[in-house]
Amino acid sequence: MRTKKASAASDSFLVCVPQFRHSTEPVAPWRLLDPQGHLAEGCISPLSDDAILRALRLMMLSRAFDHQAISFQRQGRFGTFSAVHGQEASVVGSALALDPSRDWIVPQYRELPALLNHGLPLESFILYFKGHPRGGAIPDGVRSLPIQISLAAQLPHAVGLAWGLQLQGIDAAVLTYCGDGASSEGDFHESCNLAGVVKAPVIFFLQNNGWAISTPRAKQSAARTFAERAPGYGFDGVVVDGNDLFAVYAATRAAVDRARSGLGPTLIESQTYRLAAHNTSDDPTRYIDADAHNAHKDFDPIIRVQRYLAARGSWNQRTESDVQKDVSKAIDEAFAKAFAMPPPTPEDLFRNIYAELTQRQIQQLRERASGISQPKMA
Amino acid sequence: MLEAIRDAMSTAMDHDDKVMVLGQDVGRLGGIFRATDGLLAKFGAKRVVDMPLAEGVIVGSALGLAVSGLKPIAEIQFLGFAQQAFHQIVQQVARMRYRSRGRFAASMVIRTPFGGGGKTPELHSDAIEAMFVQAHGLKVVAPSTPYDAKGMLLSAINDPDPVLFCEPLRGYRLFKGEVPSGLYESDIGRASVVRDGRDVTLVAWSAAVNLALQAADALSAEGIQATVVDVRSLLPLDVGTLIPAVERTGRCVVIHEAPLTAGFGAEIVATLAKEAFYSLQAPIERVTAPDAPYPLPAGELMYIPSIDRVLAAVRQTMDT
Repeated sequence: MRTKKASAASDSFLVCVPQFRHSTEPVAPWRLLDPQGHLAEGCISPLSDDAILRALRLMMLSRAFDHQAISFQRQGRFGTFSAVHGQEASVVGSALALDPSRDWIVPQYRELPALLNHGLPLESFILYFKGHPRGGAIPDGVRSLPIQISLAAQLPHAVGLAWGLQLQGIDAAVLTYCGDGASSEGDFHESCNLAGVVKAPVIFFLQNNGWAISTPRAKQSAARTFAERAPGYGFDGVVVDGNDLFAVYAATRAAVDRARSGLGPTLIESQTYRLAAHNTSDDPTRYIDADAHNAHKDFDPIIRVQRYLAARGSWNQRTESDVQKDVSKAIDEAFAKAFAMPPPTPEDLFRNIYAELTQRQIQQLRERASGISQPKMA
Repeated sequence: MLEAIRDAMSTAMDHDDKVMVLGQDVGRLGGIFRATDGLLAKFGAKRVVDMPLAEGVIVGSALGLAVSGLKPIAEIQFLGFAQQAFHQIVQQVARMRYRSRGRFAASMVIRTPFGGGGKTPELHSDAIEAMFVQAHGLKVVAPSTPYDAKGMLLSAINDPDPVLFCEPLRGYRLFKGEVPSGLYESDIGRASVVRDGRDVTLVAWSAAVNLALQAADALSAEGIQATVVDVRSLLPLDVGTLIPAVERTGRCVVIHEAPLTAGFGAEIVATLAKEAFYSLQAPIERVTAPDAPYPLPAGELMYIPSIDRVLAAVRQTMDT
């Protein structure tokens, strides 16, 4: 009873209260190219036509790779794999804003075309998702960390790497990818917080694709946008249309320039949509409404760029077919190379754990190398 | 002991400007135990960094710093708190070389005190070193003397692989010994026979080595001569030193501060049960904490191994 009374009293008489208010006005993502392929009024393309064609080829390669990889997975020739399908502009636009000869990528796992643009051979990626212990090897000189499976665990590395480059006076930026789901992890908070404190030259590129497996964006966070978390860490955030190659590129490029010139981190929320399943083991029909899902196909990021180029006379059926043939050839060659890799050996289990094998590892390797028949790769 | 650890960091930082220290309160305060006292004044705020209060990103950003070419020494205030960074240590730091197929090494050190007897609040005294010993790719060491603390820390800083460097909290001010100035290294991955005796072998690491040596003195007065093995390195484990040291006496008592079940003593006993089987004269005894959480401090003397329990275990094994 007492509590009730006190509460009623405070409702009536407590007139001096702080303002508990945050804006709930919707935020429209920043956009340069609309779904019909028209540039926003008064804007020019941030990319040359040649650069757009290169970007489009990479996006189409990614899309074609998804189809091929899923088909191989269904045949039992490829492992569990997460397609980029629907997010190509988001991944390619951000990656093109980096200079592979100095900037770094700290990936999650759904960013194949970014890794290719940075110099990772496609066969290395294939070998990883085929499940070969030698897969995912990063050649010397390619400025990328390994694919990350543990969500958001890569973000502290990105901040440390960016901070370390800065401490050593190296003029470079680090771009790290994560998703709307990963942003709920503690590592996201800890990393943004540290990045703000040390002003690390890092770009948190958050792909909000609407889904964390089956968990919709609305259940991930009550925040209006993910980007608006950035001011809480003392830096800027921006929401971009993630299916708009130009907007993604221009926003990321600006963030990279800011990072390199000592202005610290940026959080980019790229609002895109996962047109694919979460991965080859997922069944989105259990949780996505088909009509709502299909509506997103009108915002296909590849078609948008093709429409833009077509209107400029730089794209037609013949160029499309040429690019399709070209990317199919590249994909076929990479799969052939990866599939030709001999099956793993017992040595593969022990390689690259320490700089040198331990006494026990030497003994364990000897046991496995003797007598036991080699398992066959699927 | 603390001076030896500080001296190691200062010496390493003098010799290599890529070495840096990061952690909570390591700067102006000089660390909550003063392990980093004076380093900020000597090396500046770019190399001695007070970090936000978050173990995960202290360890995770140290990994990024290592990839960038620096040599970070991350301080975690207590090993129990390292559980807030468990995923970074076990999945990420330990596996960077493996996951990058050899491209990147996580050459870095995580320093942290552990163990009881310090009358600390809850969660400050946990001896959870065994939890990290399945993180292959990581090295886990626990020196017991000032000489080893400095030498092994210098070795850890230069090690191409990541090292979890567990320091005896109780021994920070208690354990004293001569320490050479300047650079020297003590092997990581090597146990050390710190006392020779024909009757029984006591196996311990960190603060428990001190207890084993006290027990050996007391046993000597009873005419029982004990060998004492300082394991020093849990991962990798130096079975080459351990096995003959037990074979020579045929009797063994393993002492550690962690609870009995699946403590690192279990690994040692299992190894000896196979490798030293034909030399064993008696079942191997373990003197450990009970299978219980670390208590509030008024209960800790009942919890951690005591000299009486070590002596009782030795007598048990001698009577068999």
